Amino acid sequence: MVATEQHTISVLVDNKPGVLARVASLFSRRGYNIESLAVSITDNPDVSRMTIVVNGDESIVEQITKQLHKLIDVSKVQDYIGVPIVARELSLIKVNAEVKDRTALMQLVEVFRGRVIDMSEKTFVIEITGAADKIDAFEQLLSPYGVRELVRTGRIAMARGPRSI
Amino acid sequence: MRINGARALLECLKQEGVDTIFGYPGGAVIPIYDEIYKFKDIRHILVRHEQGAGHMAEGYALATGKVGVCLATSGPGATNLVTPLTDAMMDSVPIVAITGQVKTAAIGTDAFQEADITGITMPITKHNWLVKDVTKLPAILAEAFYIARSGRPGPVLVDIPVDISRTMFDYEPVLSVSVPSYKPTFEGNARQVKRAADLIAEAERPILYVGGGAVNAEAHEEVLKLAELCNIPVTTTLKGLGAFPETHPLSVGMLGMHGTAYANYAVHDTDLLIAVGARFDDRVTGKSDSWVPKAKIIHIDVDPAEIGKVLQPDVPIVGDVKHVLRELLKVLKPQVHDEWNAKIDAWKNEFPLCFAADKKLHGQAVIQRIGEVSNHQAIVVTDVGQHQMWAAQFYKYIRPHQMITSGGLGTMGFGLPAGIGAQFGQPDLDVYIITGDGSIQMCIQELMVATIYKLPIKICILNNQYLGMVRQWQELFWDSRYSSVDLEASPDFLKLAEAYGAKGIRVESPDQVDAALAEAKAYTDGPTVIDFRIAKEENVYPMIPSGGIVEDMVVQRPSDLAALDPYMESELVEDDISVLAAKS
Repeated sequence: MVATEQHTISVLVDNKPGVLARVASLFSRRGYNIESLAVSITDNPDVSRMTIVVNGDESIVEQITKQLHKLIDVSKVQDYIGVPIVARELSLIKVNAEVKDRTALMQLVEVFRGRVIDMSEKTFVIEITGAADKIDAFEQLLSPYGVRELVRTGRIAMARGPRSI
Repeated sequence: MRINGARALLECLKQEGVDTIFGYPGGAVIPIYDEIYKFKDIRHILVRHEQGAGHMAEGYALATGKVGVCLATSGPGATNLVTPLTDAMMDSVPIVAITGQVKTAAIGTDAFQEADITGITMPITKHNWLVKDVTKLPAILAEAFYIARSGRPGPVLVDIPVDISRTMFDYEPVLSVSVPSYKPTFEGNARQVKRAADLIAEAERPILYVGGGAVNAEAHEEVLKLAELCNIPVTTTLKGLGAFPETHPLSVGMLGMHGTAYANYAVHDTDLLIAVGARFDDRVTGKSDSWVPKAKIIHIDVDPAEIGKVLQPDVPIVGDVKHVLRELLKVLKPQVHDEWNAKIDAWKNEFPLCFAADKKLHGQAVIQRIGEVSNHQAIVVTDVGQHQMWAAQFYKYIRPHQMITSGGLGTMGFGLPAGIGAQFGQPDLDVYIITGDGSIQMCIQELMVATIYKLPIKICILNNQYLGMVRQWQELFWDSRYSSVDLEASPDFLKLAEAYGAKGIRVESPDQVDAALAEAKAYTDGPTVIDFRIAKEENVYPMIPSGGIVEDMVVQRPSDLAALDPYMESELVEDDISVLAAKS
């Protein structure tokens, strides 16, 4: 009936203990898994911004965003469905880097506009930012070398153009 | 003024106009109780279980429209508030719960009587706070009361560690509250109000569907004006009972699963449903996508999250119900809907609320009689089950805050403590608690409170020796397999009343009802328990089965009308039937 779509939702909240649990529980209550979640303070240190990515039925996500709005610690909620946005995530990847593979790896990093930010006798730590599919592709290309560890920040997003939340 | 946190709490409560609180002491709140001992402006009612304190605060709030306050210690005291807080959340009841907490340094260490009550109550409060700095306590309490009572009202909880209660600080009263991220919408959108007025002007078969939000917003006068100005029939939800006088010719009573047949026919046939502070609960709509099939919908509610939650309205209006109705009344012109009201009157005559007029004692008859002897003026507090539905159908409410019941959560055990809270809040009004032999046993311990304070509440146990509502479902939908519903082995309620220092009366036949009610009314020195031994296997009708549609409705019909029944399944009544006049 209603198609499941991926929603990117930005939420401005008071920078206080417990707020994350309040927000997260509204999703878990409806049985929704949060695909990714990024939280940090904004230009105003009293305010944090969350970017939540969730897959779901539009009417249920709309209901969740309305409930989010009712939380006392939440000041703004924006579901970016249908809104042009720029979205990025950052990933740190620790990959095996034998001497014989280093040149090839450096080329890969260059093509994907990443950076090698740490190096040991056997490994690189590579930093890469971009949209999720770019990072997915990069990760796949690294896998033959052996990815030892990987961490992604989850998506952060804002609307294109002068419009702000 | 240099005082400790506990004293500051009481000063704040006093400033909020609180004169009565319901609570139970314990280690983490001893400093607060020490101040209560010295503080003469607030009366503390010692309950017998913290759940009772929570429901008393609810009953107090529902009877007065003010904020109810309860107090409990940390750990088990706090967790015993979970049911009343959930109940208050579901029914939008403004209560402030104060809980003690272990000392700040011990939080998170599994200390004695520690529970993470702010974590536990996160989904069942409108908001909650853990006070970690005593200087913030006054501002938090001011916010707590503001949030509890404003917008869509609801419960809040303030958790105060014991060391915070003991810490001295310079107390300054907080005179104004501002919560930047919390701004409930008050005024409805003018364009939507105009569109709603246009729809009302065009409608041929409009109906007002009024819920508890109209009671909370004190919008009963506006509902009455709108109904009369535009000649619109009014149905209410369980929580909306009293928002429109049921003695009014335009009243069609309660709708929904156990609503009147004529209310359910009317909403099925209406071309314009005007929802006023109602939330399209599943016990009202049944199968929601088949509900109001011919109607456009205007939905007026203070809570934007209710709009479109169940059915998408044609005209959504978010705002204070009273204010929005006033705006609507400014632009509406008088209308008549003679044909529509005649159709509803015909349904009223054909499908009245009724019950068998045999020699048996019927719960419906008892409630109808209580309505008559109290001149429809008393506060009626119910528990949950068959008696609750009969109380909703047969009392006939005439003003808001008169019918107090656990609607959303359906909390058995609510009735007695809520009735006690209601009597504390409205000492000059008669309070009848309609309960069942199941429900009364869930918070019976609070009877002691009623005795101690000589509350003249009338506790009417409709005793059918069954968990009657579950038994009814088992009879109708589970081939009469009566699993775990037999309550024949119950205490002797007369002896129980006596043990608690209350008056006890037993009624076993219809001819004893009047004398018992008169005796109870005459006894004003304390509570009266009346054990009405009603018919054992009586069902609540009409009934639309869960998730059903209006065609699934089963009604109980007078035998002389049964043959006219076009398509409904009917429970035929052999004997004469006592028909409650639908119109007054």
